[in-house]
Amino acid sequence: MCLAIPMRIIEIEGFRAVAEVDGVRREARLDLLPEVAVGDYILVHAGLAIATVDPEDAEETLTFLRQLADEVQ
Amino acid sequence: MKYSEEYRDRELVHKLSRQIQELTSGPATLMEVCGTHTMAVARFGLKSLLPPQLKLVSGPGCPVCVTAQEDIDAFLALGSRPQAMLATFGDMVRVPGSTTSLERERARGVQVRVVYAPLDAVTLARENPQKEVIFFGVGFETTMPATALAVKVAAAEGLKNFSILSVHKTMPAALQVLLGSGEVKVSGLLLPGHVTTIIGPEAFSFIPQKFHISCAVTGFEPVDVLLGVYAIVCQLADNRAVVDNVYIRAVKTPANPRAQALLAEVFRPEDATWRGLGVIPGSGAGLREEFARFDARQRCAELLARVPPAKPSACRCGEVLRGTLPARDCPQFDRTCTPSQPLGPCMVSSEGACAAAYKYERE
Repeated sequence: MCLAIPMRIIEIEGFRAVAEVDGVRREARLDLLPEVAVGDYILVHAGLAIATVDPEDAEETLTFLRQLADEVQ
Repeated sequence: MKYSEEYRDRELVHKLSRQIQELTSGPATLMEVCGTHTMAVARFGLKSLLPPQLKLVSGPGCPVCVTAQEDIDAFLALGSRPQAMLATFGDMVRVPGSTTSLERERARGVQVRVVYAPLDAVTLARENPQKEVIFFGVGFETTMPATALAVKVAAAEGLKNFSILSVHKTMPAALQVLLGSGEVKVSGLLLPGHVTTIIGPEAFSFIPQKFHISCAVTGFEPVDVLLGVYAIVCQLADNRAVVDNVYIRAVKTPANPRAQALLAEVFRPEDATWRGLGVIPGSGAGLREEFARFDARQRCAELLARVPPAKPSACRCGEVLRGTLPARDCPQFDRTCTPSQPLGPCMVSSEGACAAAYKYERE
C-alpha cells in the first residue's frame, strides 16, 4: 500500500497537478511540494505527491552502481 | 517508465548480487519491514539472488495486515448506519472480519465504494449529500498526509456527511516493540523508503543506537532492494550499525517539513492495537479536537460500543507479521487459507506476505 510511482508533471493549476506515467494520467495534489514545476518527476501516493525524484541523485546512484559493477569485473 | 526501468537493469541486478555474495561471510537474517518490499522481493525473485546464509524475513509493514480484527469489525459495523456509504482502499475489500467482509456486505446491499485517494471519499460526500460517507483511514506515514488533507478539505468545505475511521499507524513505534521483544533476531533492516520520505531517516536512528542493528532505507525496484541489502552487508562486514539512505533520489534529510506540519495539525498520537503486536502506546493517529466532527469513532460511538469482541481465528498472520513464521510454513497456507478463501489479511492484501508467497513462491 506504500507504493508510489514516479510520474512526470504535465500541468499545474494551484495545488493540483496532472501527472503522467506510461500514457496514464492522474491528478495529484501538490500541497506537500508547492515548489515543483511542469516536467518534474514526483512520487504520487493516494492522490498526493509525497516526494520529488531528484534527477542528479538518481544519476548518482546509477553511477555508483556502474562503478561498483566495474570493480567486480 | 523513467526512474523505474533503470533500477530494473538485469546487469546491475546480477552484479550487485555477486557483490553481496562476496561480502557475506556468515549467516544473517534481514527483515524487509515494508509490505511493498515483501512484494518486490517475491515478484522479482530476489531471494534466489542472495547467498544461502542470508535470510530475508517479512515484517510488520503491511498496513492492511496489521489492522486489528476489532477495527475491521468496527468498520464493517458502520455499514449498518441508515445512509452509510463506506469508502475504502481496494486492499481492504476482501479482508475477512470476524463474521463478514466488505465484499460480502456489498453483496448484501451495503454501499461500499473503493477509492484511490482519501480525497475521492470527500468527493463522494460532496456528490451524495443524502449519504453519510465514512472513510477507512488505513496506512502508515506514507498515507497519513493524504488522509489529513482530505479532512482539511472536508473542514474547509463545511461537509457534514463525511467522517473517517482512523486506524493509521506509525512505523518507528512498532519496530521499537518488535525489536525490544527479542522474539525475532535480525542483523539488518530494510527500511521503508516511502514512509521515510515523510518522517526522514533520522526517525529510525534509535534502531542502530539501541539495538545495534544495521539499517538501509531503500526503494522498491529490484536494484533498490539489492542495493539496500548490499549496504547492510557492508555494515555487517565492518561491524557497523547506522541508518544508510540508499534511496537518495526520493528520501531527503531532514524530512519534508510541510508533511510534518500537516500531520501535526490533523492527528494526535493515541494508543493503537496492532495485529500480532498488541497495543502499542502512541502508535496510532486519532483526529485532533478541532476535527472531532470528522471522527467516526466519536460520531458513531454508541454503535461502535455495541460491536462484539473479535472472534478467535485459526489465522496466524500475527506470527507472520512478527517475522517468526514464514508464510509458507503456516499450516493453513494453501490448505485452509488461499486468496479465494482467506483466513486473514496477509493472504488478501496486495502486499501481504502470504499473498506474495502464494502468488510467486509456491512450489
